[in-house]
Amino acid sequence: MSGMSSGTVGVPVGFLRTLIKPLHWQIFPALAFLLLLFVVPVASLLGLSFLNKSGGITTEHYARLVDQPVYASILWITVRTAFWTTLLCILGGYPIAYLLSKTTKSAKNLLVIFVLMPFWTSFLVRTFAWIVLLGKKGAINQLLQALHIIDAPVRMIYDFVGVLIGMTHALMPLAVLIMLSVMEGIDRNLSNAAATMGAKGGKCFWKIYFPLSMPGVAAAAILVFITSVGVFITPALLGGARDTMIVQLIIFQIREVLNWHFAGAIGVLLLVVLLLVFVIYNQIFGLSALPGGEIKKNVENRQSHLILFVRKIGGLVTTLLAEITDAIGSFFYLVRMFQRNRTSNHKPRFILWTVTLLLIGFLALPTFFIIPVSFTAESFLTWPPRGFSYQWYDTAFKSSLWPDAAIRSLLVAVSSAFLGMLFAVPCAFALARQNFVGKSALFTLLVSPMIVPHIFIAVGLFFLYSKVGLTGTTAGLILGHTVLVIPYIVITVLAVVKGYDQNLDLAASTLGANTVKVFWRVTLPVIRAGMIAAFMFAFIISFDELTIALFVTGGTVTTLPKLMYEDAILSVNPTLAAVSTLLLIFMSAVILVSEFVRRRGP
Amino acid sequence: MVVSGEDVLSDSKIKLKIQTLRKTYGDVVALDNVSMEMRDGEFLTLLGPSGSGKSTLLWAVAGLNDPDGGEVWIDGKEATHTPPPERDIGMVFQNYALFPHMTVAENISFPLEMRKVPAAARAAAVNEALGMVKLPGVSSRYPKQLSGGQQQRIALARALVYNPSIVLMDEPLGALDKKLRDHLQLEIKHIHEKLGTTVLYVTHDQEEAMVMSDRICLMNAGRIEQIGSPEELYFHPTNVFVADFLGESNMIEGRVLTTSSGTATIEIPNVGKVTTPCNKSYPAGAEIIHMTRPESIDLLTPDERRSNEATGLAKEVIMSGTVTKVFVDIGDGRIIQVTQLTQATKGHFVGEKVRLGWNETSGVILTKCSTEK
Repeated sequence: MSGMSSGTVGVPVGFLRTLIKPLHWQIFPALAFLLLLFVVPVASLLGLSFLNKSGGITTEHYARLVDQPVYASILWITVRTAFWTTLLCILGGYPIAYLLSKTTKSAKNLLVIFVLMPFWTSFLVRTFAWIVLLGKKGAINQLLQALHIIDAPVRMIYDFVGVLIGMTHALMPLAVLIMLSVMEGIDRNLSNAAATMGAKGGKCFWKIYFPLSMPGVAAAAILVFITSVGVFITPALLGGARDTMIVQLIIFQIREVLNWHFAGAIGVLLLVVLLLVFVIYNQIFGLSALPGGEIKKNVENRQSHLILFVRKIGGLVTTLLAEITDAIGSFFYLVRMFQRNRTSNHKPRFILWTVTLLLIGFLALPTFFIIPVSFTAESFLTWPPRGFSYQWYDTAFKSSLWPDAAIRSLLVAVSSAFLGMLFAVPCAFALARQNFVGKSALFTLLVSPMIVPHIFIAVGLFFLYSKVGLTGTTAGLILGHTVLVIPYIVITVLAVVKGYDQNLDLAASTLGANTVKVFWRVTLPVIRAGMIAAFMFAFIISFDELTIALFVTGGTVTTLPKLMYEDAILSVNPTLAAVSTLLLIFMSAVILVSEFVRRRGP
Repeated sequence: MVVSGEDVLSDSKIKLKIQTLRKTYGDVVALDNVSMEMRDGEFLTLLGPSGSGKSTLLWAVAGLNDPDGGEVWIDGKEATHTPPPERDIGMVFQNYALFPHMTVAENISFPLEMRKVPAAARAAAVNEALGMVKLPGVSSRYPKQLSGGQQQRIALARALVYNPSIVLMDEPLGALDKKLRDHLQLEIKHIHEKLGTTVLYVTHDQEEAMVMSDRICLMNAGRIEQIGSPEELYFHPTNVFVADFLGESNMIEGRVLTTSSGTATIEIPNVGKVTTPCNKSYPAGAEIIHMTRPESIDLLTPDERRSNEATGLAKEVIMSGTVTKVFVDIGDGRIIQVTQLTQATKGHFVGEKVRLGWNETSGVILTKCSTEK
């Protein structure tokens, strides 16, 4: 532990030890890495916004933001899109999470795969799928016309509705997973207790279960909101000109206009909005409700006026909803059905199951529409695909462009997952097992690359790389992706290490194993499955990453997502469908293998 | 004094009636055609090892699981499939199941709200209930801010505040330490005596069951082994399981020689002839188990006599405070345990030759195979 000797400096080693030991040296590599490649780039990007072309301090960029109404309106569109996405994700995700938390373990394991599948399918592939489904000649328009429900194709994409559908589809799994983690922690006996005291189905749910699930709803809402604000793929591909979001504006300023300073100012504006949202969130729910939240406050003691007000309103609303539910329930004998089923898992809850399966269908099915399209004999996307040919697969393989990009993506994903593990795992151990000053600050730093919109990191890195000559290199890409995967590894490994019974280590050491042997013979075999899961997680994040690649790479050095995106911006063609199909199969295989490994683990 | 089941129960006083109740979980039979009755105001404990079906039975009474067969009658009404809210029961859960998002007062007032009791009456009832469990002044706190013992009392107050027809308690003291448990046992008993509520209680702790109950229903493998007062179960077990489960016992195999007018003479190897009360008639030569409690056996001085006697060597002497246990080897490795109050002047030594004896009424004859259907 205290093996850091640096006698060369001439400082007494003993003194250094006392200085370093409580600081836990194993967190330093990650700390230094994130400072250099995350904090410095993001900070300098934001700092740029206060500089003019010649390097003097100015507020001219902010004046421009305020003066021209187009920026306020783009900000408004961004917030509005994020708000509706969040609302739809919560409304749709809640019943799924509720059912998953209540059903049998085997049914849950199966359904979770269907919820996770779209989550892990490439963002781009999912977006293409919606083009195939919702386009003018898409599956839904064709179906409705064939059924004579509509005469002419209805416009469903390239407008706000298309953006909302795409974003809700993309982010609902995240909402489900977060709400599920909270719902699984709700003691089932609480509903039973309420029932024995005379609460019917509606009151059990609205007065007991629903308030207890609120932390999950709140955490899901904030994470979905933050993620939506930073999205640009969906509005770019599924939206029209009037659906431009703020990140697209930043990209435009940097890639087309090359106005870094103004891009930085837009970034600051975005950050201010996010901070505002966080402050309101913290006032109502407390940040500790976030997943992996280290800081356990006694939430009940914080009785600000706002909280009391929200609670009061919430109490009235839930009471009203409970009365309505029970009234409907006793009318339709629903209450009886629900109560029977709450206690025995064998009988289906028809309404809940129907709604949930429809929602899961919405999540899982669209992606598969990409597959038949990829075999079309025509040269553009149509539904139903006409003819059958492998020509688009041929095209993809014949040009060296696609295979090169795929190999680079693979190399980058494996390298950054590996590097990320090296940095993040020691930190996760320190966070799980030791107490030190600044522990919660460290946790915040480690997970912040997940919360800060990726565009900041991407542009910041571009700025940094342009000074040190890393732009357009695979190495630069690997380093950038490592920044992004660290939070996911930390959270996954932290959960695994926290669940590990440290008495096993103590037992092994009393049996004569030294520290190294304890780790290799006892600790690692037990947490192996979790470590593999963390690696897979990181691999998938990196493999699907677009934002950083968009800025850091250039010329022939490109990744699969970047190539797909740039191709799609020009036109969504059958080659893309073929590549997407291959990607879909590859990703599914990776996920199934990692699920298998995870479930086989101890 | 000993209340023994059926003869005392008249129909008007029956609070709870279970008839051939059956519940299975997959291949596991949790309740195997269980039948029993409970008087109004009675404190009845379901006792048994884990997996014996006691909690399943309690949950069936609460309506929290759907029985596969049989009937549950509460207050003379068939309630087998009645949803819990319509049963008028109160339940204390093992982990208390206090609502974490509500204050103590909100928790206790919840069942009253469900019954649409006016707010003013609710506040008064909450205060009264808190007084009853001796915790006034915690009403605005949250459950997390209370100790385990305090949480248990709040759970108790919440289950009692609306005067439910039956109060069900599922190992409510299981998570508390011994001292607090002993204290709360008496407290619950006193509250029961004061309110006259009917209590169906589940525990795996035999001492707890003996301390608190009017009657104990001892369960094993989904069936009722014996139901009766604590004294009945302890001194007159009807089978080997009951004798073995409750307290300590000496069980020695023997053969019946004769039975006549409530007394049997049996032959026990290395002991000789022993007389014991016996209500059943066994054929001569029947193999039986003879059971005695260690504390009803005395170590005899040379001039003392008992109706049944044996001799042996003290194999082990264990002093555990109040009592001293002497394990006597009567030959062929058969051990008889004698438990007597520790007396400074009457020590015994390992290897000492001792004579022990017991009164005729202290013995119980048990059929050899107890698990017969």
